[in-house]
Amino acid sequence: MSESIKLHYVVPGDDFTRAGAASGDVKRTLKQLGISPNAIRNVAIAMYEGEINMVIHAGGGEIDVEITEDKINMVLADQGPGIADVSLAMKEGYSTAPDNIRSLGFGAGMGLPNMKKYSDSFEIETELGVGTTLKLSVNIE
Amino acid sequence: MAKIFHSVRLDDEKCVGCTNCIKRCPTEAIRVRNKKAYIISDRCIDCGECIRVCPQHAKYAVMERLEETTKYKYNIALPAPALYGQFNNLENVDYVLTGLKRLGFDKVVEVSKAAEYISSATRMMMETDTLKKPVISTACPAVVRLIRIRFPNLIPNLLPLFAPVDFAARIAREEAIKETGLKDEEIGVFFISPCPAKRTALKNPLGYSKSGVDGAIAIKDIYPQLVQNMDKLKLEDVEVINDSGIIGVGWASSGGEAAGLLKERYLAADGIRNVINVLEELEDEKLNDLDFIELNCCTSGCVGGVLTVENPFVAKARIQRLRKFMPVSCNSIRNEYELEELSLTEEVTPSPALKLADNVVKAMRMMSELKKIEASLPGLDCGICGAPSCRALADDIVRGYAEETDCVLSKLQLGGNTDWLPAPFRSKVINEEVGEEKNDEG
Repeated sequence: MSESIKLHYVVPGDDFTRAGAASGDVKRTLKQLGISPNAIRNVAIAMYEGEINMVIHAGGGEIDVEITEDKINMVLADQGPGIADVSLAMKEGYSTAPDNIRSLGFGAGMGLPNMKKYSDSFEIETELGVGTTLKLSVNIE
Repeated sequence: MAKIFHSVRLDDEKCVGCTNCIKRCPTEAIRVRNKKAYIISDRCIDCGECIRVCPQHAKYAVMERLEETTKYKYNIALPAPALYGQFNNLENVDYVLTGLKRLGFDKVVEVSKAAEYISSATRMMMETDTLKKPVISTACPAVVRLIRIRFPNLIPNLLPLFAPVDFAARIAREEAIKETGLKDEEIGVFFISPCPAKRTALKNPLGYSKSGVDGAIAIKDIYPQLVQNMDKLKLEDVEVINDSGIIGVGWASSGGEAAGLLKERYLAADGIRNVINVLEELEDEKLNDLDFIELNCCTSGCVGGVLTVENPFVAKARIQRLRKFMPVSCNSIRNEYELEELSLTEEVTPSPALKLADNVVKAMRMMSELKKIEASLPGLDCGICGAPSCRALADDIVRGYAEETDCVLSKLQLGGNTDWLPAPFRSKVINEEVGEEKNDEG
């Protein structure tokens, strides 16, 4: 029998103060499970970047996390504007965040690159005007 | 597992079983059972927050008394720099240091002196690439214990150097043996401490096997006698003992240790909640542009210790004034050989206190159950069940320490009359007149 834990989070749009709440909860859950520190860090960073992206670009979204015995799967879905050029968005330092967001210290163009860097598998589905769905997983070594 | 030593204890007779302490504990280590608080030993970090909030004064710190010094032929006092902030109109710390000698100590070595060696050693280490940055200070023992329990990922960032008091003990002992010819065990070394966590660290050290400090006396306990002795001192009686400067004495308050590194890329946070927030961000690698992080569990740093006498802000202001007439620093290390003397000898290990089970599959099964129970609880975190939050109760239930029926409000879900419940949980509307008045005003 394989165990799995499913967690669901709603990320509100336009509220920076609440970004990080979901990744914080996942982090706490993983720590209690005794998952390796490295895997926890990867999940926390990738997911936090995803939350911030949802707030900056998509007016919020929803995150589903599934913890299994060998990996942590995350699905981050939003109904935002979609990404026009994915390969450009994946480039470090490229950002479409407006100036007011950058002045808060966000929008450094590291969101998607970091999500990819810290995950073991990374898929992106996006359609202009419809939204973006990211599927990430981090292996538990 | 070896029994964990704690300096923070509960006086069962004074405890009335209120729930003030459970919510303030940063590691959720307290429960109320049978009308008494209960401290879960392996989660307690001896920070003393519960001592601060207990209205019955049922939480206390076990510290050494001055009488303990009679066990030794020769006694040394190691005053924390926070002690200097406790006195009105003090202009010369030698009054305090001479006052300690009048209390019966044969020798006084300032912890701020040792702190200057640690500052100097840290500066030397920061220049090399041997440390994982941002480096986290190890001076506050409650922070080190908090990291072991809640942030084990950050253990590699801990500064691998002794806390100043331990190095002060080493300097003092070596000098005393040389001066007197006495044996090591004939010499008693006592820290004059602002907090219980420091005493815990001496009895149960992390990063080294045995402390050279024999006991810790609370500043508040020694204060009345010390003031009396200081008042009796004439100017010509005052000995010249002070051998530390702005950097060493600065360790008394938050930011002092970091400032002693003479670098800009640092952060200093104080107060347990702020410390936790910084550690969360650090863990998510959001603070990677910093070189050094100084964290103190008490507000304003050690001057805010729960065993001090004076308001931390007043103490901090007084120390600022005292420092004005001091040299920048009186002590530093010269080479890597000396650095070795200040380095921790053992690794700090993570504590599994919050883990649900050793086996991941079992832990996952328990976590699924925990989430299910948590969802069924009302989410009010009222504390009536004796746990600090609904989540903590769910955690206790899956570990077998509590039952779902411990929640008063889960009974509510069974339906029925709510009149027997306390006001916040009753399905009754506030007096209509009051409501109307409010509306008129609004």
